[in-house]
Amino acid sequence: MQQEFTLSIFSENHVGLLNQITTVFTRRNLNIESLVTSESAIAGIHKFTIVVFSSREEIEKVARQIEKRIDVIKAFVLTEDEIIHQEIALYKVPTRTLLNGNEIEKLVRQYGARILEITEEYTVIEKTGHHKETQELFDKMDQYGVVQFTRSGRIAVTKAKAELLDNYLRKAELDKQELN
Amino acid sequence: METQTQAKSQEKPAGAIRMTGAEAVVRSLLNEGTEILFGYPGGAIMPVYDALYSFQKELHHVLARHEQGAVHAAQGYARVTGRVGVAIVTSGPGATNAVTGIADAMMDSTPLVVISGQVGSALLGSDAFQETDVVGVTQPITKWNFQVKKAEDIPYAIARAFYIARSGRPGPVLIDITKDAQFASFDYHYEPVRFIRSYRPTPKVEPEQIKAAARLINFARKPLALVGQGVILGNAEQELLDFLKKSGVPAAWTLLGLSAMPSDHPQNVGMLGMHGNYGPNIKTNEADLIIAIGMRFDDRVTGDLKNYATNAKVVHLEIDEAEINKNVHADVPVLGDVKQTLPLLTETISQGDHSAWMEEFRACDRIEHERIIREELAPSKKGMTMGEVIHKASKAFNDDAIMVTDVGQHQMMASRYFRFKQTRSVVTSGGLGTMGFGLPAAMGAKLGAPQRQVCLFVGDGGFQMTIQELGTIFQSKIPVKIVLLNNNFLGMVRQWQELFFDSRYASTELINPDFQTVAKGYHIETVKVTEREELDQAIAKMVAHEGAYLLEVVVEKEGNVFPMVPAGASVSDIRLE
Ligand SMILES: Cc1ncc(C[n+]2csc(CCOP(=O)(O)OP(=O)(O)O)c2C)c(N)n1
Ligand SMILES: [Mg+2]
Repeated sequence: MQQEFTLSIFSENHVGLLNQITTVFTRRNLNIESLVTSESAIAGIHKFTIVVFSSREEIEKVARQIEKRIDVIKAFVLTEDEIIHQEIALYKVPTRTLLNGNEIEKLVRQYGARILEITEEYTVIEKTGHHKETQELFDKMDQYGVVQFTRSGRIAVTKAKAELLDNYLRKAELDKQELN
Repeated sequence: METQTQAKSQEKPAGAIRMTGAEAVVRSLLNEGTEILFGYPGGAIMPVYDALYSFQKELHHVLARHEQGAVHAAQGYARVTGRVGVAIVTSGPGATNAVTGIADAMMDSTPLVVISGQVGSALLGSDAFQETDVVGVTQPITKWNFQVKKAEDIPYAIARAFYIARSGRPGPVLIDITKDAQFASFDYHYEPVRFIRSYRPTPKVEPEQIKAAARLINFARKPLALVGQGVILGNAEQELLDFLKKSGVPAAWTLLGLSAMPSDHPQNVGMLGMHGNYGPNIKTNEADLIIAIGMRFDDRVTGDLKNYATNAKVVHLEIDEAEINKNVHADVPVLGDVKQTLPLLTETISQGDHSAWMEEFRACDRIEHERIIREELAPSKKGMTMGEVIHKASKAFNDDAIMVTDVGQHQMMASRYFRFKQTRSVVTSGGLGTMGFGLPAAMGAKLGAPQRQVCLFVGDGGFQMTIQELGTIFQSKIPVKIVLLNNNFLGMVRQWQELFFDSRYASTELINPDFQTVAKGYHIETVKVTEREELDQAIAKMVAHEGAYLLEVVVEKEGNVFPMVPAGASVSDIRLE
């Protein structure tokens, strides 16, 4: 069954890792819906958050193949109910549309968006939320003419108490001591 | 690694010696115990070649005739010795010529370190002369690769390369070194790498998995063990024999698992896969338990996955977690090095007896012998068969040579009919099926095991893909025995054309050069056999000959390899004709 998965991938911060990770998807002809790279809470460790439609069976294989890359520390496969996630969207509208009646202002309030900048010509509105929410706001605002729109990829944290990676790193540390 | 190596280069450990990056490459190789390397020089790697000139006693460099040959030779060396093979090439075309060998090593889990020269770091990204993004090109076909731009980073990069290449499931690693890093001087200090925090080469054994596997094995009535190269890579041949002895389970092998157990082992039931033996293929769907030992269920082994092992539970002993459930669902995965897991399993299972089940395999053997093997090994027709040549050569070598093959019909025939007494006696291109692999791989195998006879079986097609390595054999005096099975065809493709394309032989017939003249041009002793009566004597002469030898045998043009599981068909649909 095809469903949406969020992969949380932790790696060393090296040149070329993004390519190493994305080729695993390319080889299987899987389309990446969204991809964000950032630092993680642990110094020196990089985090990739990737959203993809796939089956549980296939995504587990993908995760193992990503983990196999030497500089990848761990790849977690997460579903909607295991994470808190957000995306951010920016909407640029001509300022005059704000002045004709108060429809846009209503939408801003209703959707918990905020205005970032107003000039005589244009106004930039920001909304964070799930894809569905930012899309809904877009559809509504577009009636008044959105001239530019952009949305970030998904960022996510897990609902689990500790960072999933902590356990792994602790074990790695023990293994290292065993060696020496 | 940037940050770690930078930290390393700042401290100046006691005993550090000042030297160039190029010399550091050579010293690092020596520190890893390298005795031999295969390569080809060029502009971007010249500083390292210059350093090698000063270390000719310590480090034997074999000059190949093509970078593909250098890498295949390093593979041959690695496969027979279990050590890391080393190849060295220049930037641009040197590195791209190495690509086929690297991809082959990746598929067949062969530990390699390939060192490529690169243009100066200031020129990177500018389309400089002989600049290729080698790290980019080899990213999907290496276990790990890395570009070094500073001399200080060389020892750590090479230490890491060797550790990664040989640990866990082995594989090829490429280190790309810019020319300025080779020239620059720094304080050299070497420390082997034994730990990388993001890398778990060998998973910890889970006792629960052993227990669960043992339970299945104890209750199985028709178990079948599938032996892969993991047994050889893990040096677990004795552990395998102990397991087979106690369990009583029949054992079949994959192409790369060949020679892990002796050919005449009473539980050896033969080869799996497309041109494997009748018994192990047909019985796969009767077995109630498959015990996969260090193998990866390649599609040439399984055929149609939907109709594979249909009545069996599967126990999968495997070091690489990504292989579990990749192609075949494992009811009980047993993660870990088979060197550790096999003895634990042997300890846990109860003594087994499967002689009635074993007898069913022997019945299959008799059918295969009647229908195929007898005629192949002792033909009633006039033309010589590949099988009879291979069978006779095996006997002449006392069933104890290292067999190297190229790719094609002769490869399948050699795997079916050559016999083995000891492990690490097979060097063949399995996963990638690389024509041209054989001749250079045989050179590496001979240099890795000089005390053993190395016998190459090669087709007239594949021979011509790396035929220039005869020059290496001549110059470096490598006494390999080459059996050229000449059918004047790209035989394996012709066979498929005959069976599946209505005998339309599109571009598979070869008009060949006079191989005798070619060999003589390289001063290699040679003979051509066209009649069966001459064969025994010619083989005996080849076996006894001191130096390199080419035995060309003209075999029937349109022989076929059977049995055969047609591509995409089920193992149950194995064809005997
Ligand atoms: C580099 C490469 N190109 C093409 C193939 C496809 N192929 C597989 S077997 C074969 C024929 C090999 O002919 P030959 O070397 O004469 O061996 P034979 O099958 O006749 O024993 C070909 C073309 C391949 N495996 N490798
Ligand atoms: Mg041929």
